[in-house]
Amino acid sequence: MFKPFADYLVFDIFGLSPGSHLGDALNFFVYDTLKIFFLLTVIIFFVAIIRSWFPPEKTKRILSHKREYVGNVIAAFLGIVTPFCSCSAVPLFIGFVESGVPLGVTFSFLVSSPMVNEVALIMLWGMFGWKIALIYIGTGLVVAIFSGIAIGRLKMENYVQDYVWKMQVGNSEIVEQTWPERLTYAKGYTLGLLKKIWPYVVIGIAIGGFIHGYVPQDFLARWAGRDNPFAVPIAVALGVPLYSNAAGVIPIVQALTAKGMAIGTVLAFMMAVTALSLPEAIILKNVLKTRLLVTFFGIVASAIVMVGYLFNAIL
Amino acid sequence: MKIEILGTGCAKCKTLYENARKAVEESGKAAEIVKVEDIPSIMKYGVMSTPALVVDGQVKFSGKLASVAEIINML
Repeated sequence: MFKPFADYLVFDIFGLSPGSHLGDALNFFVYDTLKIFFLLTVIIFFVAIIRSWFPPEKTKRILSHKREYVGNVIAAFLGIVTPFCSCSAVPLFIGFVESGVPLGVTFSFLVSSPMVNEVALIMLWGMFGWKIALIYIGTGLVVAIFSGIAIGRLKMENYVQDYVWKMQVGNSEIVEQTWPERLTYAKGYTLGLLKKIWPYVVIGIAIGGFIHGYVPQDFLARWAGRDNPFAVPIAVALGVPLYSNAAGVIPIVQALTAKGMAIGTVLAFMMAVTALSLPEAIILKNVLKTRLLVTFFGIVASAIVMVGYLFNAIL
Repeated sequence: MKIEILGTGCAKCKTLYENARKAVEESGKAAEIVKVEDIPSIMKYGVMSTPALVVDGQVKFSGKLASVAEIINML
């Protein structure tokens, strides 16, 4: 649907020839911008409707006093559907641990929620196809479950800031929403999110388009291909400080893949970008002592590096 | 009537405060609007996603940015 339009606009209206640098770059830009914004609008809207059934208060009740393993698995899955914004990470964390959600289970949720999010999925699906998107969900869940179990095993409850355990948490009753309320919520959520991410998407796709049109084939194969054992850790190290903007990063990464970057490296980079970020670390410092914060980042980053190596080996 | 806006100071919390102010103005009701930014007070209401809106000690909603019209309905 979008391909003929992009071809028509770029090659017929603008009169650029297919195969030329500018023609290919512009064609990629027009096609991907249309496709991605269409997918984003439709899917975010439906995900928002589903999410209106899973407010964090309900998730907390489900996870409270759950055992290891079972709890970690449920937490990772609930992380997909529970809305999460890094600005409410602190009340969320306190609410979880205060109501008896084990620390390791809380971390499984904290890893999965930002990493396995709908924007990352849509972008991966739109730019890499549904197989890669499914692999991303699957391995994202595994990383979240594993990291949570590891942190739970380390018994680091003492490294949560002391005030967290003394906090008085009230009980807010969950008001069930009506259908019109869910639709209004979904509409507001979709528009709000689109408004926030659209510049990143456009810039990301523009840079991706430039790379497609101008960077020589196999340019990256030597440095970021599967034969370079350092590519994965370097990609993760670069991904952590970047703020979780999957929307802007994925089109660039997709273009890099076309120039020879290995797919495991790509997945590892994506996960590092979304799961771990500097702003998140600063926010979590309010509830975690440094040692637990560093352990958390260390474990998740190592798990992501392993995922990268695994997929470079098998894909 | 006392309206409290719970939130740790994110952009959405500020917009919600503005919307609540407009809602009070448009409805013509007498209400005091307070921003609540400290974590212990937010947690007392059991709110886990911000921003949230509290009217006379009762949590009306959390984790979303309500429009002026929606807030007027809650007053």
